[in-house]
Amino acid sequence: MNMLNKKFLLTIAFIILAVLIPVVIKAPYQLHILILIIIWAIIGTSWNLLGGYAGQVSFGHAAFFGLGAYSAGLLTLHCALSPWWGILLGPLVAALAALPIGMICFRLRGPYFALAMLALGEIFRLVFLNLTDFTNGAKGILIMPAITNKMFYYYTGLGMLALTLLATYLIVNSKIGYYLVSIREDQDAATSLGIPTTLYKNLALLPSAFFTGLAGAFYMNYVAFIDPNIVFNLTNVSVMVILVVMLGGVATTWGPTIGAAIYIFLGEYFRTTLGSANVLIFGILVCLIIMFLPNGIAGELDLLKRLTQRKKASLSGGV
Amino acid sequence: MLLGQTIICGLLLGGMYALIAIGMTLIMGVMKIINLAHGALVMVGMYVTYVCSKNYGIDPYIGMFIAMPVLFLLGCLIQKYMINRLVEVDSILPENQVLLTVGIMLVLTEAARLMFKSDYRSVTTSYSSDTVFLGAMSISVPLLIGFFIAMVFTLLLHLFLTKTDIGKSIRATSQDRDAAVYMGINSSKITMITFGIGAALAAAGGSLLLPLFYLFPDVGHLFTAKSFIITILGGMGSTMGAAVGGLILGLSESLGATYINMGYKDVVGLVIFILVLLFLPGGFRSLVKR
Repeated sequence: MNMLNKKFLLTIAFIILAVLIPVVIKAPYQLHILILIIIWAIIGTSWNLLGGYAGQVSFGHAAFFGLGAYSAGLLTLHCALSPWWGILLGPLVAALAALPIGMICFRLRGPYFALAMLALGEIFRLVFLNLTDFTNGAKGILIMPAITNKMFYYYTGLGMLALTLLATYLIVNSKIGYYLVSIREDQDAATSLGIPTTLYKNLALLPSAFFTGLAGAFYMNYVAFIDPNIVFNLTNVSVMVILVVMLGGVATTWGPTIGAAIYIFLGEYFRTTLGSANVLIFGILVCLIIMFLPNGIAGELDLLKRLTQRKKASLSGGV
Repeated sequence: MLLGQTIICGLLLGGMYALIAIGMTLIMGVMKIINLAHGALVMVGMYVTYVCSKNYGIDPYIGMFIAMPVLFLLGCLIQKYMINRLVEVDSILPENQVLLTVGIMLVLTEAARLMFKSDYRSVTTSYSSDTVFLGAMSISVPLLIGFFIAMVFTLLLHLFLTKTDIGKSIRATSQDRDAAVYMGINSSKITMITFGIGAALAAAGGSLLLPLFYLFPDVGHLFTAKSFIITILGGMGSTMGAAVGGLILGLSESLGATYINMGYKDVVGLVIFILVLLFLPGGFRSLVKR
């Protein structure tokens, strides 16, 4: 069986598994965890498009997440529309905001780009916190969800994740994807080959912002409460998404999903067993992963395979 | 008079921010990375001073001389056993070291939360609420003392960097690592010492701010943001640039808080930061050179 076929079959198996999980798991708590994983997987996959493939490490993705969430929330607050319209509006608002942000930040490179994005994300948080008439400020927005069935949220989220993964996969395997990787590897060389780097970086940023906004709007609908310090949070959103992707595997299709699953599972597990130490353990884990598996779990599969195979070989006494 | 008071308060606070930022700019100059754990180091330094003050009754201005060696050691260990390891590692993203500092920030913050809970703490001394009057302007005494100690430290550091052997080695390494190695400088030792000094300066700045700020595990984020803004404002790796950048940030925050809106005071700093990044990438240092 060749590699492509194997990958295809694995993907099909994964999809069937994901669709069938709620048949086995019916408890709301377990479903809640799965939904959280899906939300993080969407954010991680979108970040990965810009940060992993194009190499533009953004420390400000909370801006897009928050804009998506607030689009849904403000629709309900001001227009008395269902927040589900936010699922359509949120990604568009996030992508629209990404246009000027890209124009500003892509004038900068590497760490300077990262810092400019960080500053922009913080500016959004502070502005939404202080525009109390428009956004309710730190009081946040609370909505009464019309649907409380977790199964519904699970399948909606799963659909969105599938859409995000598919879009990312198509982009990465098209000409754009190759251009993006070349920009990551050596921007000057890419420019000298005639690749309009700023344009293609923007082409990576727009879908990235779009799907992060989608995750934000979905978050608003699911959790039903947001405030600027939750959705525009630097540590808990912008930085955490980077760590989630690092954990799973930078510039891999499934890495962010794996990272999100590990992040949420470990978080919940440590929360129940170790109490407040859960973030500490996660931080230590992240440090270890960056130090010893710098490309994440999915990115270092070959290395992991070699290590386990060597162990097996030595156990069986082979060479 | 309001304007005068605003300017003086801003400058005094900025002097202390500058001390923290100088630590960051030193690290950035030598290692070429942005140390996003810097604020967390400030926070750890503040907690050391806090514990000294609360449990042993040591004045924060004396406690800082305990916090500084502790943080120097912590900085050296972090650099040697964590960040330095990544220099040779091959990875897709070049920002791996920066991401590791984020992980370190997370660990330090959460460790502090585990030990001290998320409670807001503060140190009150006999002179905490004292003020001196300059005409009609009232200036808080801790602010004044903090500013002068910060300026003394900045001056001492400047002398250290220009007059001593280690200081010259640090500057040589930050200018050109390879050339420094050819000249017989042990660059890995210098890098470690630089990180230690940076952490110690962070602790000093944190201790000076302790009588003025509330202390809680997440306070570090505030200082990380401020110090990278200052570092970019002043021009990367420049000590005097960072000192000037600190004063400018303190001043603009203070003016923004008085004349725009208290809630927007941090936005002012961030907007200046982005503008400088875009239109004056060398920082204010490049204006002087021109």
